[in-house]
Amino acid sequence: MKPAAFEYFRPRTLEETLEILSRYEPEAKVLAGGQSLIPLMNFRLAQPGYLVDIGGLKDLADIRAENGSLTIGAMARHSAIEDSAVVQAKAPLLLEATQQVGHRTIRNRGTIGGSLAHADPSAEIPAVLAALDGEVVAAGPDGERVISASELFLTVCTTTLTPTEVLTQVRLPATGPRTGCAFTELSRRHGDWAIVGVAATLSLGENDECEEARIALAGAGQVPLRCREAEGLLNGRVPVAEQIREAAESCEAAAEPLDDLHASAHYKRTMVRVLVERALTTALSRAQRGQ
Amino acid sequence: MRHKIKLTVNGTAYERSVEPRRLLTDFLREDLGLIGTHVGCEHGVCGACTLLMDGESVRSCLTFAVQADGAEIVTIEGLSKNGELTPLQQAFWENHGLQCGFCTPGMLVCATELLRRNPNPSEEEITGTLAGVLCRCTGYRQIIESVVAAVAAGGATGTR
Repeated sequence: MKPAAFEYFRPRTLEETLEILSRYEPEAKVLAGGQSLIPLMNFRLAQPGYLVDIGGLKDLADIRAENGSLTIGAMARHSAIEDSAVVQAKAPLLLEATQQVGHRTIRNRGTIGGSLAHADPSAEIPAVLAALDGEVVAAGPDGERVISASELFLTVCTTTLTPTEVLTQVRLPATGPRTGCAFTELSRRHGDWAIVGVAATLSLGENDECEEARIALAGAGQVPLRCREAEGLLNGRVPVAEQIREAAESCEAAAEPLDDLHASAHYKRTMVRVLVERALTTALSRAQRGQ
Repeated sequence: MRHKIKLTVNGTAYERSVEPRRLLTDFLREDLGLIGTHVGCEHGVCGACTLLMDGESVRSCLTFAVQADGAEIVTIEGLSKNGELTPLQQAFWENHGLQCGFCTPGMLVCATELLRRNPNPSEEEITGTLAGVLCRCTGYRQIIESVVAAVAAGGATGTR
């Protein structure tokens, strides 16, 4: 199918972008990489009357590390993030997750901001933001505001961004030397959408005890699911296989996936347990090796 | 409202007027007559529409022609010059890397990009890259063997 007709704008500044979004609210939609939006438009599942292409906003693609955090412009393409030495050093969880976003061709166009604003609960990047307690910056007619991961995702493909706002920046805490990270997903073929995915980090203290565990699930609910009960089972104890298994079982119980064409909810929950166990085991060994 | 776009396709400059909703795939095929870029799914999962935009592989069914204003596009027709097959294309020819040929533009463009980034990929890397392009005919084995053969022949990308 071909998309329904729309008016197209390619603003040169953020101010211009916000002005257009306000003028045509709520029918105006931001176009970033287009790898999620354009398929929807081709199916006519989305029919925005006005498309605001922010691909011309060059300032929005920076990747910077400063003061213990990583700041990434919303228009940074997944491929740039994948190739970034800064991301490899400071956010290995993001790197590993990004490598599993679709295929390289998709990653050449898709953006980190777009993935978060699209908020597919099965997607990799929202789970990473949730796991790391990252935040995004949204620019709107009334100025900028910071939105935490827990506040951003409302339900399937719905965020708390308003129609007149643009997500401009992503902020993640930098990963420390005694933290191991792992992102793993189950899909029918390499590069397919995840059936379930797990983002996990384990930070070890002086006595090799788990100082902080973080686990977020993709494909296990309407939004990325942070497994705080499982994290609590690990925090403060030296993680051994048995505890990792317990944590995985807790995640299995907490997950709320739906039946679909690719897998039943029961299967997905079981796979959550398997993948959490794998991810935590990998994260632990990376933490012990100093990543 | 139509938009005027200026772009280069396979080395030739074009200036055209397009509706915003015109997909790059359809612009190339119908407005420019370049039918080597194939339409398989129109939602970005089959890879048959893959081309190079400003040097990077892109799914043209997920790109509006208006977004290609100012861009340099290389389609399957532009991979080779003067009718001479590139070493990669030659390897596909010799290793039976195509049957109906529908996915072949996508396979060649993705493989070309891979070999430019990494002239010596492992078979796993080749498979991982080509996993994004669907083939209904070959079962993929000969396609992978073609790329492996091209790598072994050394003149992998042969883009002139």
